[in-house]
Amino acid sequence: MSGLGGGLDGAWARRWAEAIAEGVADRKAELTALDRAIGDGDHGENLDRGFQAVLGKLESLEEGATPGAVLKLVATTLISTVGGASGPLYGTAFLKASVAAGERESLDAAALVEVLTAARDGIVARGKAELGDKTMVDAWTPAVDAAAAAGDDVEAVLDAAASAAEAGAAATEPLIAHKGRASYLGERAQGHRDPGSESTALMLRAAAAVA
Amino acid sequence: MTVGLLVVSHSRLLAEGVVELAAQMAPGVALVAAGGTDDGGIGTSFDLVVAGLAEADGGDGVVVLCDLGSAVMTAETAIEVADAPERIRIADAPIAEGAVAAAVAAAHGATLDEVVAAAGTARGGAAAEAPAAGAPVGPSGTRDAGEAGEARLDVELANPHGLHARPTAELVRTAASFDARTTVNGVDATSMLRVLGLGLHQGATASFVSTGPQATEAIAAIEALAAEGFGEGA
Repeated sequence: MSGLGGGLDGAWARRWAEAIAEGVADRKAELTALDRAIGDGDHGENLDRGFQAVLGKLESLEEGATPGAVLKLVATTLISTVGGASGPLYGTAFLKASVAAGERESLDAAALVEVLTAARDGIVARGKAELGDKTMVDAWTPAVDAAAAAGDDVEAVLDAAASAAEAGAAATEPLIAHKGRASYLGERAQGHRDPGSESTALMLRAAAAVA
Repeated sequence: MTVGLLVVSHSRLLAEGVVELAAQMAPGVALVAAGGTDDGGIGTSFDLVVAGLAEADGGDGVVVLCDLGSAVMTAETAIEVADAPERIRIADAPIAEGAVAAAVAAAHGATLDEVVAAAGTARGGAAAEAPAAGAPVGPSGTRDAGEAGEARLDVELANPHGLHARPTAELVRTAASFDARTTVNGVDATSMLRVLGLGLHQGATASFVSTGPQATEAIAAIEALAAEGFGEGA
């Protein structure tokens, strides 16, 4: 266990949410373009609406809030404001993550792996997708596996998770979708990256960047 | 009170249209639309679904009909924060036909489980209706004789209120559990909506015809069910 100085505190969780909001705003058009190819073309706009709302809510959150409290605020805000499938999916992910974080003031590497695992499990339970279905699970599961194998340093854990998520997102391109709107397209979904896997990679890279 | 219905759609117009359609056949049932995002765009709104669940629940529970997958996820998430999640069910059924079948069952006083089952009978759409609609039906409403693997049964209904929602739900479950195509007075016996639509009262004759590998077993099971008053006692 990394003890004092090595953990991720509530201020990190807050920076993470802010970094996701900034990243989604920057890449909103790109995410929507991915979704327009094989979905309903609203992923970037929906996530941007959700995370802009998160920014507003963060202002009223007390100083010194725990990582769990920040994650819970993100969860409830996304569930209420996103409007597409990513609302209940990411909302559930952050909600399960907040439960796993509990009352801890800071997260060491082991706690961080628990938090990431809980988030992934929440998405699987909500969306009922399996690995290889061309969904955000294809980014989350490699990320959780890489995080668990990355050792005791939180920055290394987050970096490993982000890299694995990016590789997982790229690996969705040749797949045929078995869940979500893209599943109606059959083979026509091949050659396109799943937008949810890409936004997952964005979120996990943001977590590493502000650690 | 009756079981209430909540229609969750990505489109406000679609949700309201389904409610309008179902309401025509089910006066007195709480039918609530939760369609579109908070600002009326395409999507589903967690807050609208949460409010709709509360509005539709008069104490006997709510059956939720959804259009696309993410509407189901929004509904599931809303149910997790509801006051009484144990009396909310999501029906696995096409949104329009399922809502109509569920609303008719609810209007006839069906329980939560029975309303969910009624919605489920709408599953399969045109293909599920084909056996009844395409069967060679004679002028008297009975199938032409002579088909291989066919079994028949005529029953005079003893139930005080005839084949209303509860006994019909029992019949539909029984008929659907065999590898056979069974009709009652010419309509698909696995369709709650169609059987209720017959309006069979006490003393009326229900004529069952079953074809297929398990036709005999299906008719025997229906005979046993009829002897028990379709679950309402002999």
